[in-house]
Amino acid sequence: MKFSIERGTLLKAVGQAQSVVERRNTIPILSNVLIEAEGDTVTFRATDLDIEVLDKAPAKVDRAGATTVSAVTLHEIVRKLPDGALVQLTDDGANGRLTVEAGRSNFSLATLPKEDFPVMATSEYSSNFACAAPALRRLFDKSKFAISTEETRYYLNGVYMHVSESDGGQVLRCVATDGHRLARIDAPLPKGADGMPGVIVPRKTVGELRKLLDDDEAEIAISVSETKVRFATPSITLTSKVIDGTFPDYTRVIPTGNTRKLEVDASEFAQAVDRVATVSSERSRAVKLSLDEDKLVLSVNAPDSGAAEEELAVAYADEHLEIGFNAKYLLEIASQVDRENAVFLFNSSGDPTLMREGNDTSAVYVVMPMRV
Amino acid sequence: MPALCRDCLTTFESGGRCPSCRSPRVITHPELFDLTIAHMDCDAFYASVEKRDDPRLRDKPVIVGGGRRGVVSTACYIARIRGVRSAMPMFKALQLCPEAVVVKGRMEVYAGVSRQIRAMMEELTPKVEPLSLDEAFLDLSGTAKLHGAPPAVMLARLVRRMEAELGISGSIGLSHNKFLAKVASDLDKPRGFSVIGAAGTADFLRDKPVRMIWGVGQAAQASLERAGIRTFSDLLRWDRKDLHARFGSMGDRLWHLARGEDSRRVSPHEKPKSISNETTFAEDTASEDILDGHLWRLSEKVSDRAKAKNLAGRVVTVKLKRADHSTLTRRISLREPTQIADRIYRTARELFDQRGDDSPYRLIGVGLSELVPGEAADSSGDLLDPQAAKRAEAERAADRIRAKFGEDAILKGRALR
Repeated sequence: MKFSIERGTLLKAVGQAQSVVERRNTIPILSNVLIEAEGDTVTFRATDLDIEVLDKAPAKVDRAGATTVSAVTLHEIVRKLPDGALVQLTDDGANGRLTVEAGRSNFSLATLPKEDFPVMATSEYSSNFACAAPALRRLFDKSKFAISTEETRYYLNGVYMHVSESDGGQVLRCVATDGHRLARIDAPLPKGADGMPGVIVPRKTVGELRKLLDDDEAEIAISVSETKVRFATPSITLTSKVIDGTFPDYTRVIPTGNTRKLEVDASEFAQAVDRVATVSSERSRAVKLSLDEDKLVLSVNAPDSGAAEEELAVAYADEHLEIGFNAKYLLEIASQVDRENAVFLFNSSGDPTLMREGNDTSAVYVVMPMRV
Repeated sequence: MPALCRDCLTTFESGGRCPSCRSPRVITHPELFDLTIAHMDCDAFYASVEKRDDPRLRDKPVIVGGGRRGVVSTACYIARIRGVRSAMPMFKALQLCPEAVVVKGRMEVYAGVSRQIRAMMEELTPKVEPLSLDEAFLDLSGTAKLHGAPPAVMLARLVRRMEAELGISGSIGLSHNKFLAKVASDLDKPRGFSVIGAAGTADFLRDKPVRMIWGVGQAAQASLERAGIRTFSDLLRWDRKDLHARFGSMGDRLWHLARGEDSRRVSPHEKPKSISNETTFAEDTASEDILDGHLWRLSEKVSDRAKAKNLAGRVVTVKLKRADHSTLTRRISLREPTQIADRIYRTARELFDQRGDDSPYRLIGVGLSELVPGEAADSSGDLLDPQAAKRAEAERAADRIRAKFGEDAILKGRALR
């Protein structure tokens, strides 16, 4: 195998591969990226046995062939090469080494046989559709902060992507929760997605997927089966197993009868929360919200370290209410708001609170209060 | 050389019998009146309390411990002569000493006596660090002026008073740090008083086995032995860096201890690091129902203790001991600290369900660690388990009922299993 490739193109492809491989690996081949050169394309494939990423890049192939080499090492080398360099990769098959040459730099890397590389079994997808990158980006960006890291409730360690009803129409919906907060984000249902089985996309896959979504013009091809999900752009294909579990019935968690409405500028609110939370050093900092007509007082009282208070002008017309929240959770949901005011709907100081952006019900957040 | 009579507390120069009461119980040591760190260890504490309260037991071998299946908590010195040791399985102890009187421990009584001893120690110095009911470190630095007598005299007076007023004897170790004080108290048991001075430390330690170090158990001993370390002189040959590389933080500690150095302070307010309860069954059991019942009872006990101390823990641990004595421990961190029995139980149950092993067990335990003040406990609810808040509220209500009408006023059904 022998081919030449532009450094930037190579960096992008290898970068995607090395982020999929697990750092702490007991199986050597799983640290490697499978490189296959043929025609005028080189494909880079990496896997952790749950996720497989395949990246196609244009290259000048002198001799077709395939080998595997440490993804992290190759990525480090390419990263350190000068911008615009032309990189030549050669594997003569004889001495088990891959030669990487660029300008005056020359590297020789140990390889492992391509036959040992585990290629994810191809499977039948019951549903195939396309979604614009910005819509998909919104679905996952706004929900992923709520993904749980708790191992016992493993079925919460991902984003539940499924088809649902909203206002009489069908939507593509992403939900994530860790039991303390929940995010529910809707997008118009793409054509052909209506029969899609609901799947829990694992946290790591969500992170890898994000790298495919930066291009506003891109159309992402999505394929879904009961056990796998695949996201593809013309050059990158990301295939992932889905979490084998049942996502809990989240609909009963979303309050429908909350009537006490607070409207506040989201960024002003977030900054104030951040400021008052500074005095507490505890891991779960509680912020108290005291609401009176058109007035919100945020306060933190940490007996060991100090106290803080800040007043905000808001729109609130209901009776006096005091309610506490974890400062981090408040900040995270407030930072999801980017266009309009944040609207909070409370019931009592012990009940879940709902938050949305203006009157937009296509993105709603639920957060559990804290005793203060 | 300074000398002290342990019977009449007379101090005098150089050894021999006491010049005033002719007692042979005299301690002589060049640094006797300069050393300030002490370790007091009661002699066969539980057994001594039993003998005190029941004079018929006085000349009989007495073993305090639980049931036929349990282990020896304490054996009196008569039983010890026969080879009975603490932590020995009861059946083995009874093989060695069949005529022994086995007494089930009365922890409340022991705790009461312990409090009396503690009060006596606290008259000597505020720096008393109890290690358990029957032993404590004391730092008497700077108390000589106040008492008008050096620490050694005050300590001899303490054990004399314990014997006279409480009928419990103890042994004293006096030295210049905690490690050596603890070692010293064990040298001359029972009714001992041993001194390890700064000048004599190196000589004293040289040929002593490293297992003498508190905290070096069988496992640590084995790994030290693999490195060729058996005595303190073996340790001295090691470079500090090498010890650290091989044994981590324990290596650093060993390097210092090998030189008789221990900078830990006597700290009276050592916070508990964990709260745990365990139970050994009369017969090994694999029954899920029985184990689940115990899991609940233990969770409730742990929760009760946490509530009593106003503490909450972030980590729940389940311990299981198989019939062959091998242990299985599983732990998990919670999102927020808890002190609620229901939550401890549910978490423990999840851990228990993941044991992946249906073999019979001889012991089950539940623990709570990474403790924080109780105010931070259970402050937020669970969206996906709306009943959790109600169960916690019910538990707090039940606690209030128990506080008013007694322990057994209200129970969960599963506690009866």
